[in-house]
Amino acid sequence: MKKLEERIFKFLMIGSTALILSLLLYILYIILMKGLPSLSWEMISQIPSGGFYLGKEGGILNAIMGSLYLIFFSVLISLCISVPVVMYLNFTLRRKSKLAAIARLTFDVLFGIPSIVYGAFGFTVMIYFGLQASLFGGIIAITLLIIPVMIRSIDEVAILIPNELIEATKSLGATNYETIKVVTRQLLPGISTAVLLSIGRGIGDAATVLFTAGYTDSIPSSLLQPTASLPLAIFFQLSSPIEEVQNRAYSAALVLTIIILILSFSARYFSRRLSKNKI
Amino acid sequence: MLKGRLRKDRIARHYMLTVTILSMFVLVLIGVGLLVKSLPIIQEKGLWTLVSTSNWRPFKGDFGFASYIVSTLYVTGIAISIALPLSLLTSIYIIEYASPKILRAFSSVVDLLSGIPPVIYGVWGTLTIVPFISETLAPHFVEFSTGYSALAGGVVLAIMIIPLIISILMEVFGAVPKEMREASMSLGATKWQTVKKVVVRKSIPGIVAAVVLAISRAFGETIAVLMVCGNFTDLPKSIFDACYPLPALIANNYGEMMSVPKYESALMFAAFLLFFIIVVFNVISRIVLIQIDKRYQL
Repeated sequence: MKKLEERIFKFLMIGSTALILSLLLYILYIILMKGLPSLSWEMISQIPSGGFYLGKEGGILNAIMGSLYLIFFSVLISLCISVPVVMYLNFTLRRKSKLAAIARLTFDVLFGIPSIVYGAFGFTVMIYFGLQASLFGGIIAITLLIIPVMIRSIDEVAILIPNELIEATKSLGATNYETIKVVTRQLLPGISTAVLLSIGRGIGDAATVLFTAGYTDSIPSSLLQPTASLPLAIFFQLSSPIEEVQNRAYSAALVLTIIILILSFSARYFSRRLSKNKI
Repeated sequence: MLKGRLRKDRIARHYMLTVTILSMFVLVLIGVGLLVKSLPIIQEKGLWTLVSTSNWRPFKGDFGFASYIVSTLYVTGIAISIALPLSLLTSIYIIEYASPKILRAFSSVVDLLSGIPPVIYGVWGTLTIVPFISETLAPHFVEFSTGYSALAGGVVLAIMIIPLIISILMEVFGAVPKEMREASMSLGATKWQTVKKVVVRKSIPGIVAAVVLAISRAFGETIAVLMVCGNFTDLPKSIFDACYPLPALIANNYGEMMSVPKYESALMFAAFLLFFIIVVFNVISRIVLIQIDKRYQL
């Protein structure tokens, strides 16, 4: 009887593990099979021309470039905020500090806030300052979204740095700032993984950019112009009744998935290679 | 020389403190911002009327959120009831039974799944789940369903929250000290009895925390749900009916809200509602998880 129960549950456990694994493969398979037929060089190298949304020529270069602009600037800004925050929490404050504990809780909560709320909030702020949907608005919203991702992910590595390293540097007469410069080297794998993670989170999110960045057929040439983005290109084209346009949504989905997979694998690669510097 | 170094140190310290406080302040700012924006509608209608009536006619000034709230609960409920058993079984297997090699391989599967953007899940859902429901599943139960339904939303959401639940559960189960397992086995318990009576029982707070976190994630998920749910303003009668969760409402109506009085305030109220519930849920479950971490570290 005891054995039977264990056997049933073991069967169920292996079954559900296999199910989750096959779900991943199934999702990738469907996206690949649907996206591949209409994926072409034209698709990713041209901006939409007249009649694009009726199934005529053009590509999604506007969305690809838009997404790249958005994510590049957002990551840059969030790095300037996240790295100092992690440094402060780990190397300036004491390990058992109250402020650090509250800060970590706050970032955990911020991490859990859905992107639609960031989008709605970003939009309200933009209205307050009289801004239209623009590249700038999108950058702000995505920055807010990825700061907690970045902080949490760098913090995970920073917390593992041995206290002795910090004490050794300080005992040699280094100031706090100089200690941080030394420790940064140890943090590089964490930072690069965090950057890749937040690119993945930011580039794939539609709800934040829906109101803040808008949508347009051209590549933006200034911060105040609206910009297209990949997730929205997929979302809008899929809702079209015309088949060619829908097919384009599938291949745009494939492009986005490939970007995400590359990011995910390089995150793994980087964190393994750079961790050789670890002590 | 020393003066210069100290000045640099002071500047760095001030900068770090400022950005830390500022980025923590974002949480307060979002809450206050959304609340201020939603105050006009709360004052006009009263909180209870807003959440308990289901009349939604923005052009006439009727804003009842009940059907959106019910839809959100519906979809979330379906998602949790699918995701929780699967995640529990899987994470117990991975932590207690599987070899370290499988553990490592499976962590990458979880990472990959959690990295896939919502919009891709949405595309996948419209291609697979929606036709499956309308052609295969629904005809057995109801006369007609387009497939764009609460069930489709629930299934897609389930798949999206599974990686979140599993990664927390793996940590929670891993935090149970090895000695406890050994003590149980040395008293003659089988492996399964140990898992059931020691590991799972010890982990109940952690499991609850994981579920609460997953619920709050499911509440806020927008695009994927929006793509498969049908978005029809009415109280859903069965899981095969279209539904319209709160985040989808916000996302769909942002374009037109500027022209209608009070519409913006109503949508901001929806956003504030989401924000408030999610913050409360997150704070509770994070504190539980931190306690678990502390208890076993000492």
